Order: sequence, then structure tokens, then C-alpha cells
Amino acid sequence: MNRINERLNNKSKLLSIYFTAGYPKLEDTVPVLESLQANGVDMVEIGLPFSDPLADGPTIQTSGTQALKNGMTTTLLFEQLKDIRKTVSIPLIIMGYFNPVLQYGVENFCKKCQEIGIDGLILPDLPLAEYQEHYQEMFEKYGLINVFLITPQTSDERIKQIDNASNGFIYMVSSASVTGSQSGFGNVQTDYFARIKNMNLNNPQIVGFGISNSETFNAATTYANGAIIGSAFIKMLTESGVEGIGDFVKTIR
Amino acid sequence: MNYNVNEKGYYGEFGGAYIPEMLYPNVEELRQQYLKVMASDEFQAEFQDLLKEYVGRPTPLYFAKRMSEKYNTKIYLKREDLCHTGAHKVNNTIGQILMAQRLGKKRIIAETGAGQHGVATATVCALMGLECIVYMGEIDIARQAPNVARMKMLGATVVPATSGSKTLKDATNEAIRDWINNPTDTHYIIGSVVGPHPYPDMVARFQSVISEEIKNQLQEKEGRKNPDFVVACVGGGSNAAGAYYHYLDQPEVGIIAVEAAGKGIHTGESAATSALGKVGIIHGSKTLLMQTDDGQITEPYSISAGLDYPGVGPMHAHLFTSGRGEFISVTDDDAMNAGLALCKLEGIIPAIESSHALAIFETRTFKPDDVVVVNLSGRGDKDLNNYIEYFKL
Ligand SMILES: Cc1ncc(COP(=O)(O)O)c(C=O)c1O
Repeated sequence: MNRINERLNNKSKLLSIYFTAGYPKLEDTVPVLESLQANGVDMVEIGLPFSDPLADGPTIQTSGTQALKNGMTTTLLFEQLKDIRKTVSIPLIIMGYFNPVLQYGVENFCKKCQEIGIDGLILPDLPLAEYQEHYQEMFEKYGLINVFLITPQTSDERIKQIDNASNGFIYMVSSASVTGSQSGFGNVQTDYFARIKNMNLNNPQIVGFGISNSETFNAATTYANGAIIGSAFIKMLTESGVEGIGDFVKTIR
Repeated sequence: MNYNVNEKGYYGEFGGAYIPEMLYPNVEELRQQYLKVMASDEFQAEFQDLLKEYVGRPTPLYFAKRMSEKYNTKIYLKREDLCHTGAHKVNNTIGQILMAQRLGKKRIIAETGAGQHGVATATVCALMGLECIVYMGEIDIARQAPNVARMKMLGATVVPATSGSKTLKDATNEAIRDWINNPTDTHYIIGSVVGPHPYPDMVARFQSVISEEIKNQLQEKEGRKNPDFVVACVGGGSNAAGAYYHYLDQPEVGIIAVEAAGKGIHTGESAATSALGKVGIIHGSKTLLMQTDDGQITEPYSISAGLDYPGVGPMHAHLFTSGRGEFISVTDDDAMNAGLALCKLEGIIPAIESSHALAIFETRTFKPDDVVVVNLSGRGDKDLNNYIEYFKL
């Protein structure tokens, strides 16, 4: 069984962390992953930096720009991760934009992920129809779970389509926004979380975008199976580096 | 072969809608509505009326006598420079503002490079009384001060794009982020035949008035609807798409696309996407774009801000790879000289973008009885500072 499914079957209120590979320093990728596991984080999204990250706010953008300046590339990320399964056993997902994957070659990319032990991919600009027509078979051949996003504007009908096409979890974008632009959740968000919960979807849901502290983490995981912290974690890394991870995780739960 | 968009939003292998789910409801709404809205009599009546009374269409198809003599062929200039606001861009913004109204949108966003599309958008927003926010790269704001002032006078808010390279590509990213953050009341007026389907097709249709007029005007002047060649500069490709539109399926009409070579294709300072680009995804569209081996989008360069874009619209990527279009690139120097030559020969000061199209006559020969239509996409007022600096005027 894929590590993502296993973890979701066995645990609720999952804490997942997004960070940008090669940030703050090029060689930080593996130390960050090891520290996240050591500090009890349940799952990690490893951000593959991109020059033009359309769905990201300033914090994640800036970290990506810095990572690229540091010299991060797809090839280098795979190189850094080649022995990661000797030390890290929690589910690992690569999150990035489709163009770098396309240039690497989608099949080569998937194959490499399988070799390393990557469990899934989140590619926000690879649309559902395109995935189903051209890439689903390939992802499945290499044992990769593809994660789709939904937002408060996604229609029930489309949510059902996405649920049918998913085999891991659904990434619930908390509000109509790019990453990092939220402070606290209001009724609009909690109504949306409740609406999705009541749809009784086949796939568990994990909330992302705008989770920054224990309050937003608890609000999201009251309804959903887990929550993803991105920008707030990157901000902490910018200030405190890898040493700050333990304290950060303790403030969340 | 079909050179137009298919029902899935592709031109050959190019196009599609590679967008994050956050944009799906807006783009899908537009996809479902745009053809219906555009086909309605009521929409067409208002669109045609504004093109005539407000934009000043039809623009002349002017026989450039002295230029024709110089190059020993028959050259016609399609005078888009005479449109209100000084370029073809307004054909599209008129169309899209009417579309936005039909979709019930109250707030308009746009990206701009040189400021031409920003001015054309601010203009139609003033005309319709809609809120207008224009994203513009911080670097472009500094080098295009008069257009920034125009937009402000027209009531628009100009927001600097401070991420990445701080130019057109980043202004486009910021506009898309704004749309993600404002998913219900906002319409994004894209300025060229780029972006996710249905934008390339919708913008091409709004610009297709250019070739529709050329057909009628050529019939009057030459007794035939089809020229031997139609020439246009390509940034994103909207003036070119409009000039080619009704000739795409007429193989006897040669299509010539002129890109900006900048300081030379192999200098690392160029925007000649067909020569330097590879298939990839930019701003929601699969097309040719300039990028590293690792798939990072690279910075283009051209003296002309309107051609300074690392991609081309999917229609043009298809025209290039299928061989339907002949792609030529022109350096800064050759474009500047061709611009000045037009001033002296015909008394017309062209936009530097359009000067790229004019420059091909120095290297590409035509037969004496060939009828060659050049789309003169814009006027040179906005470029005066560039001309002054370049020629030490
Ligand atoms: C006068 C003029 N021509 C051409 C262009 C290039 O755009 P497109 O290729 O979409 O026509 C611009 C863009 O700003 C322009 O202002």
C-alpha cells in the first residue's frame, strides 16, 4: 500500500508540511526532511522550485527564487533524495508546476520518483482532463498518487469528478487565494469545510493555504483529515533555519 | 490542415488550459459563454458600433507608394496605428469589456508590458465606468512613464509587479494571482492571443476585424481579396492573429511572422521564440517558450517592450511547426532603421514593434507584382524616448 493511504488510514489530524527544496541553503533539503520526521510531522510536500509559480504568494515565490539561485534543479533534487528512504519513512510528495516535469520527461520523472520512493505528486497546473487523457496510466504504473485541488468555488459536480479521479486525498484549498495570504478562518471557511465533509467523499481531505498556527490547524482538522502548512513554515526557515523546526512543530500541536 | 482552434482548445498540439483549479470556474464560465455571447446580434451591434464610432474603424489600407518603389513590390500598410489609443490592442479590449459586462463582472484586471494594452484597457474601463487594475513590471513602469501617466489619467490603478524579472511575464503572473484571489466579480482582460483556452481564440476573433477589412479593401483597390503575403510582428501574436485570421485556410496567401531577435538570436539577448523556444507551458497554455533545460522560463530581451515576451500564442506555435507560417527575426538595429526609414519615405512614425515587420524588406525579396500587406500595428508616439536615445535626435 502507498505510504499516503496507509498514513491516512491510521491517523487523523495529520500535520503535513510544505517546504521548498534547496531552501534556505541548497544542501538543506535532506536535513529539513529528517528533522520534520524526527519532530513528528506526518507527511511532507517537497516543493520543486519554478520561475513562474502562478498559484503562490510572495513567501513561497521568494523561497523558490532563492532555491533556483542556490542552484536547485530537478536533476539535483533527485540526486539529493536518492538515499532518502534509508532515513525517512513518512509519506513524501513532490509539489511543483508542470513545465519542469514536462522538460524532464513525464515518464522519466515518474520513474525516478518510484526509484527514490516518492509517494505522490501535486501539480496544480496539470488539469484533471489532461491528466486523465495522457498521464493517469503512467502515474499508476509507477505507483504515484496524483493529488487534485478543490476550492470554495469548485462545484459539487466537479468535486465528485475529482473524487472519482483521486486515489489518495483531496487537497482542499481553504479560500479563494494564492498561498500564504490568509489570517485566520471565518464562517465562510468553516461552512465550506463542513459542506465538503458532508459530501462523504471517497477520499480523505487535507486543507492547505492559510494554515499558519495551532488555531488554524485545529479549525481545519476539526472537519478535514489533516492540514498542510507552507508559507508559515518557510517564514520560520528563513528566520531560524533547520534548527527552528522542532520549536515550530511544537507550536502547532 | 486546420489552423484554427479545435473544440478542445488546441491548435495542433498547442493550447489547452493548464491552469490551477482556483481558476477553473472563471475560465470554464468564459469557455462556455464566449461563442454564444459573441454570436448574439445584440453583442455584435454594440461591438461594431464602438469599433466604428469610438475606435475609428475601418482603418485605412494604405498603398505605400514610395516604399513600394524602393523595394520594387506592391506594399500596403494596414493602418492599425490610427486606431484610438494608437494600436490594434483596443480592438480586443472593446470586445472583452463587452464580454465582461455580459458575464456580470464589475472589476477588470490586465497585465501590460509597454503599457499599450494597459492604456487600451484603462480606456474601455473609463468608457464603461468599471474599476480597472493594471499590473505592470516595476522595470517597465520606470521605462514607460508616459503610458503609466495615461493609465492613471484614465482612472486605472497601476500596480507594480515586483517578483521575478519585474517585466511583462511577471506582470502576467501577478494578474493571474489577482484573479485567483478575486474569483467571482473580476474579469481578466488578457492583451494577446496567449493564456488558457479560450483566450487565444477569443482574442484572435476580436482582432480578426483586421483581416476582414483587408479583404474588402483589397478587393476595392486590387480587384482581389487575397494578397500574396501578409506580414505582422509577433509578441504574443494578437495583431498577427488578426491580420492572418481570414487567410489561415487560403494556402495561396503567404503568412510571414516577424519576431524580435533583440541583439541577435545567439547573443542571449533575444525574444525570437520560434528560433529559441521549446514546447512547454506558460501562463496556462502549451506553446513554444524560451526556457532552460530544466524548464525554468527565461528572460527575453528586445528593444521593443511589446515584443519582449518569452512565449508566443499557441496559434503561432502551430503555424511555425506546421510550416504554414514563415518566421523571420529582426534585430533591434534593423527594426530601428526600418522605423526611421518609414518616417522619411511615407511620413508615418511607427511603433518599434511594427518596425520589426517593416524591416523584412531589407532581406526578404518579393516579386514586383506581389501584393504584400504589412500590419502596421501601432504608432510610435509611445516610443519617442527610445527613438531619441537610439538616433541621438
Ligand atoms: C504596437 C504594438 N504592436 C505589437 C505588439 C505586440 O503584441 P501582439 O503580438 O499581441 O500583437 C504590441 C504590444 O504591446 C504593440 O503595442
